[in-house]
Amino acid sequence: MNDIHSDETAIEVRDLTVAYGQQPVLWDVDVSVPKGVLLAVLGPNGAGKTTFIKSILDLVPVAGGSIRIHGRPYRRNRSRVAYVPQRGSVDWDFPTHVLDVVEMGTYGRLGWFRRPGAAEREQALKALAQVEMTAYAHRQISQLSGGQQQRVFLARALVQDAEVYLMDEPFQGVDATTERTIVELLKRLRERGKTVVVVHHDLQTVQEYFDHVLLLNGRRIAAGPVAEVFTEENLRATYGGRVAFLSSLLTQRAP
Amino acid sequence: MMDAISTLFSDYTVRTVALGATLLGITAGALGCFAMLRRQSLLGDAISHAALPGIAIAFLITGSKSPLVLVLGAGLAGWFGTFLITGLTRRTRITHDTALAMLLSVFFGFGLMLLTFIQRRPDANQAGLDSFLFGQAAALMQRDIQVMFGIGCVVLFLMTLFWKEFKLISFDAEAAHTLGLPVRALDHLLTALFVSAIVIGLQTVGVVLMSAMIIAPAAAARQWTDRLWVMMGLAAFFGAVSGVGGVLSSGLVPHLPTGPAIVLFISAIVVFSLLFAPNRGLAFRMMRQWRSGQEFRVDAVLVDMYRLASQHETVDHPHSEQVLNAMSGNARRTLHLLETLGLAQRIDDEHWALTESGTERARGLVEKRWGEGP
Repeated sequence: MNDIHSDETAIEVRDLTVAYGQQPVLWDVDVSVPKGVLLAVLGPNGAGKTTFIKSILDLVPVAGGSIRIHGRPYRRNRSRVAYVPQRGSVDWDFPTHVLDVVEMGTYGRLGWFRRPGAAEREQALKALAQVEMTAYAHRQISQLSGGQQQRVFLARALVQDAEVYLMDEPFQGVDATTERTIVELLKRLRERGKTVVVVHHDLQTVQEYFDHVLLLNGRRIAAGPVAEVFTEENLRATYGGRVAFLSSLLTQRAP
Repeated sequence: MMDAISTLFSDYTVRTVALGATLLGITAGALGCFAMLRRQSLLGDAISHAALPGIAIAFLITGSKSPLVLVLGAGLAGWFGTFLITGLTRRTRITHDTALAMLLSVFFGFGLMLLTFIQRRPDANQAGLDSFLFGQAAALMQRDIQVMFGIGCVVLFLMTLFWKEFKLISFDAEAAHTLGLPVRALDHLLTALFVSAIVIGLQTVGVVLMSAMIIAPAAAARQWTDRLWVMMGLAAFFGAVSGVGGVLSSGLVPHLPTGPAIVLFISAIVVFSLLFAPNRGLAFRMMRQWRSGQEFRVDAVLVDMYRLASQHETVDHPHSEQVLNAMSGNARRTLHLLETLGLAQRIDDEHWALTESGTERARGLVEKRWGEGP
C-alpha cells in the first residue's frame, strides 16, 4: 500500500501550540503527513483532536508553531484544503435544500458576485452521486437523518476538488450504510492521491480503515504508519489506564 | 371605512407616508431573515435603542433636524453599539446576551436623558424629536422618504449582490472561512446593512418597537417555506403590508402612534402564521398528530380482531367488546369509527366482527408488520 505514497509531504506541522485562555490544548505538536495517506487522529475526549484540525484551517488562533500545506502556508493554499465539520456545528433547520448546500462548496472558486450555474449544479450532482445521495438532491435539509447530513457535508467537500481533506468525526453516530459509503469514499480519495485526515473515535476500525495514525493527548504521543505506531504501549500512553480492552484488540490483528 | 381609506390615499401626504412604510417594511423584512437565521434576533433591538443618543447628539451638534443628519447620527451610534457588544463579548467574560441587555439599556437611558435635556432648552426647533420613541408617521416628509428610499435601495442592492456569501456565512461561517471568504469583513458588512435598515425605520416605527419590524416578518415567513429566497420575499411582503396598514390606521385613528399600530399588524400576521401555516403551523401539527394517533388505534383494534378471529374457523367470527377492551384499552370509540369506515360491523349489543374489507386491511397490516399469515 505504501508504494502509492510519494515522498511529498501534504501537511507539515511544526511546534504547534494552541491555548484557549490560560488552558493549553495542544502543546508543541510536530506532525508530517505524507501525500496520499489516510490518517486517523486518535485520542481521548479533550485531547485536542478537533483543535488540531481547526488550527490547520486557521479557524482557531494559534499561539505558536507553523503549518504548511504542500509547502505553502494555509492562507496561500486554501483552495487545496477541504473541510468536513462535525455535523452538529450548523443549524439543520436552515431554509435550504441538499443540492444548495453541496453547491456551497463551489463558492470559493466562483468568486464575487457570480451565482452558481449549470456547471456548478452538475458538479454538485456528481458529488451527491458519489455519496449515494442523488435521490435526496431536492430534499429540505431538516428532513435528513444524521448519516445523510454527514454525506451532504462530504459531498460539499468533494465539490471543492481539493488535495487535502480534513474531516471532523465523520463516523460519529452514523448508520451502517453511511459508514460503508464513507469508507469507500476514503479509499477512492486515496486512489486519486488525495490526503485525508480524519478525527476518529472507534479504535476497532482503525487498522481496517486507515494507514497512518496520529495519537494525541494534548501533546503528540506518536505518529506514523498504523503497523508501527498503533501499539498497545502507545495507546496506553494516549488513553491512560482505561485500555484494558486494547490488548485483545491488538492481538486480534496478529497475522 | 373604505371611504376614509380612499380619501387617505388621494391625499398626497398619506401617499408619501405609505410609500415610506412600504420601503421600510421591505428592507427590514428581507434583512431580518438573515438576522433571524444568524440567531441575532436581539441585536436589532440593541441597535435601535443604541441609535437614540445618536439622534440626540446629531441634533445637539448640528442644530438641524434634516433626516440625513439624524439618520447618520443614529447609524453611527447603532454601529458603535454593535462594535461595543462584539468587543465586550470577545474580550471579557461577559456573555453575548448580557452585553446586549447592558448596552441596550445604557444607551437608551442616555438617549432619554439627552432628549429631556434638549426639550428643556428654550429652542422651538426641537419639537418632534420625541416622536423617535414610538414613531410618528404623520411627521414624515418628502425629504425623509427620499433618504429612506436611497438607503433602502442601497441596502437591498448590496444584499442581492452578496447573496451567496451572506447565505453561506449565515449557514456555516467556518465552512465559509475554509472556502476562502473573508468572513469577518462580510460579517461587518451585514451588520452595517442591518444598522442601515434599522435607522431608516426609526422615525416611522420608533426606537422602542423597531426590532419587531426586523424579526416578526422573518419569523412569520419562516413558517410558510423552506427556501431562503421565498422566505425573504414573503418577509418583505409581510413587512410592507403591516407598514402600510400601521401607517393608514395611525392616520385614521387620532393620537394612535405609528409604531404600535405597525407592530399590531405584523403581530397578527405572526400569530396567524404560527397557527395555520402548513407543515410548521401549530394547528397543522396537532391535526397530523391526532390523525396518526387515530390511525394507530384503528389499526391496532383491526389487528386484534383479526388475530382473535384467526383462532376460529371463520375470519368474520364475532368478538365481545370486553375482550377487545382488554387487548387495546378502550376500544369502544375506535370500534364505532371502524363501523363508520366500513371495516367492522356490529353483530349485537356486545359483539363485533370484521367486514370483508376490514379483514383485507388487517391481513395486509399483519403481513407488513410481522411477515406472517393468519
